Amino acid sequence: MNVLSDPLLLSRLQFAVTIMFHIIFPTATIGLGLYLVIIEILWLSTKDELYYRMCRFWGRVFAINFGVGVVSGVVMEFEFGTNWARFSALGANVFAPLLYFEVLTAFFLEAGFLGIMLFGWMRVSRSIHFLSTCLVAGGSILSALWIVAANSWMQTPAGFRLEGGQFVAAGFRAVIFNPSTLVRFSHMVAAAFETSAFAVAGIGAFFLLKGRNVAFFRRSMGVALVSAALFAPLQLYLGDASGRQVFHLQPVKLAAMEGLWETNTASGAPFALVGLPDADKERNAFEISIPSALSLLVTHTLSGRVPGLKAFPRQDRPNVAVLFTSFRLMVAIGFLFLFVMIWAAVLWKRKRLFTQRAFLWTLAVIQVFGWVAVEMGWVTAEVGRQPWLVYGVMRTSEAVSPIRPGNVVWSLALFVIIFFSIGASYVYYVLRAFWRGPDMASPIPHVQRRAGLRILEDSPAPPADA
Amino acid sequence: MLLIDVWAILVGLAMVLYVVLDGISLGVAMLFGMFVHGKERSVLINTIAPVWDANQTWLLFGGGAIFAAFPVVYAVLSSGLYVPLITFIAGLIFRGVAFEFRGESTRKGAWEWAFFLGSLVAVLSQGMTLGGVLTGVAMRGREFAGGPLDWLNPFSVMVGIAIIPGYVMLASAYLVVKTTGSIQDRAYAIARGSTLVVLAVMAIVTVWMPFHYPLILTHWTGAPRAYFVWTFPVLGLLAAWALSKSVRKRRTFAPLVCAIVLFLSGYLGVLASLYPYAIPPSIKIREAAAQPESLLFTLWGALIVLPLVLAYTGYSYWVFRGKTGEEGEGYS
Repeated sequence: MNVLSDPLLLSRLQFAVTIMFHIIFPTATIGLGLYLVIIEILWLSTKDELYYRMCRFWGRVFAINFGVGVVSGVVMEFEFGTNWARFSALGANVFAPLLYFEVLTAFFLEAGFLGIMLFGWMRVSRSIHFLSTCLVAGGSILSALWIVAANSWMQTPAGFRLEGGQFVAAGFRAVIFNPSTLVRFSHMVAAAFETSAFAVAGIGAFFLLKGRNVAFFRRSMGVALVSAALFAPLQLYLGDASGRQVFHLQPVKLAAMEGLWETNTASGAPFALVGLPDADKERNAFEISIPSALSLLVTHTLSGRVPGLKAFPRQDRPNVAVLFTSFRLMVAIGFLFLFVMIWAAVLWKRKRLFTQRAFLWTLAVIQVFGWVAVEMGWVTAEVGRQPWLVYGVMRTSEAVSPIRPGNVVWSLALFVIIFFSIGASYVYYVLRAFWRGPDMASPIPHVQRRAGLRILEDSPAPPADA
Repeated sequence: MLLIDVWAILVGLAMVLYVVLDGISLGVAMLFGMFVHGKERSVLINTIAPVWDANQTWLLFGGGAIFAAFPVVYAVLSSGLYVPLITFIAGLIFRGVAFEFRGESTRKGAWEWAFFLGSLVAVLSQGMTLGGVLTGVAMRGREFAGGPLDWLNPFSVMVGIAIIPGYVMLASAYLVVKTTGSIQDRAYAIARGSTLVVLAVMAIVTVWMPFHYPLILTHWTGAPRAYFVWTFPVLGLLAAWALSKSVRKRRTFAPLVCAIVLFLSGYLGVLASLYPYAIPPSIKIREAAAQPESLLFTLWGALIVLPLVLAYTGYSYWVFRGKTGEEGEGYS
């Protein structure tokens, strides 16, 4: 099938491109938002000037990130209509209110208080400024709740009935808090916290190695590592909970994620560590697996029954090769992050956390993988839902807009060019901001100093709170 | 049904808020051609830096509200006006990142061009989208059934161009409030000049519209509707005269108020002429609405949360009240 003449494939590709670009920025917004709240608490309670400088510097990074996130988000708001008009018209009764409430309750909050948070240091009291930071961070998390709820409804639809093809709402509590919303929301937010923590830690580690602005980045890295230590293990638990949710509610997706073709009858289903799925021959061409491990993982028994792909009709199966790979990548990165944090704990006990060069290099390199894990997770979730748009109810092929494929070729090319140039600029400016380092010289606003100030420490010993 | 009418008004209000608030931001970018020095441009950007994001959010709210309340309109207009809508978004993307990237960069020129061009593209596309709606979107059943370039005709291009002086007028009046000295002086002059251009283009668009949208003549001539519709041009003319006077008297806030009234008189006049059609002439608001349960759920949300949003938005404007300088808060 020629890609350029198929509006379905083109629209899917376009949605994938736009959303995979967009998701990077809310992830950083949510993660950095929490970070900013933490360091502002530290500033307000310790009155240590270094924390104030951290607030201003990481706030600037936050602003650049937020800007790109907003503009890529505008695309998403309208893309349901431009490319998925049939779904929009039929599903709006149930689906649209969630997007509407996201803007009304969460996004307005973030955007409304962002100005004060970034530019109002001199104009409002310390309490009001801190409140603004909290509302921006809280707004981003509330945003995630609504968006994940909307996406979860597409994965595990509830609270509706069909009237002649039209979705009709039958209780919005069931729609919003459908069976997978809370698990997926927790998993996404933890991912945002963890990825951002590793990103800040990695950047800090890099500058520690280069010997630039050492005191500043050591403190930044320290706070980030505390966050990472909390969320790396938590995320593995949440990921497991998410996976078991998929097993119960979207079994064909689980089978595809695990490259499981045969439903196990006698013994437990094996967990494939590596493999080469072959969709035509309905088997894995090559596989290294742990016997019974999959049954153990999803049913918590050694011989629990796990449906294989062959139990489902071919036209209902998602792309196994993609899912098997993306899922394994995401999990591998999750474990890698956990092991790095265990290493960090050992180094901290030995008081070598900020000086062990191998560790610092590791942190600097792996922070990219956090972003890869986020993308792989979403690929697993969305490609795994195919061929359904609303799982089990409406197929993606039934949802596309009645427009010419030429339209989508044009817009897809436009978005690729735009996002590539914006993305490259973003990386350039952010890296340059890091290299330039924090502004340590500008006077601290009077209203922020009123409660007193502790002189900037410059001792080479790690600060007590690291 | 009353619920549908209330929602129609709410959607109209959201779009009005967006158009005025972001119109100011877009208009400020349009003025870059008349304020060439880097420091002046920094002042201009800093007049809107703390509020532009919240302003743009009204667009997302409007889009979300149309999706939730009038899904057929959302679906049909997004498909039918695919090209101008996506062009509009592309313009917004460049305009949006230009704030941050210009602030970070040492060679500001490139991002100032992005700011200006992105805003210009956004404004033209907005107008062509509106013009496209007024010139008719082909439908079959409840779906779009036309071609990719139906919206492109001289009238829609005219509407696109016509919006530019409107936003320039709003922005210059806003600058009168937010700036001092030579920038403010030039802002006064631009406000006065652009008002005349706005009146001229409004007249052209008004005369031209019935050729594409003959139905509107019945709205303009049949009583009692006509009495309502004709208040708008009268209001507009009064506002234009008041604006001129307030500029001569060097008042601070009056020009902005008059500019908003003038702008709204045109905008609301068009909306009032559209009713009860959601997409003329194919579909009426009644037929495009969502189910009552959804309308109620979202309406409750609006009634409870919107006053809060308006309050803290107002608070944010109040925090940043007063004149904008070159240094200090804002982007460098």
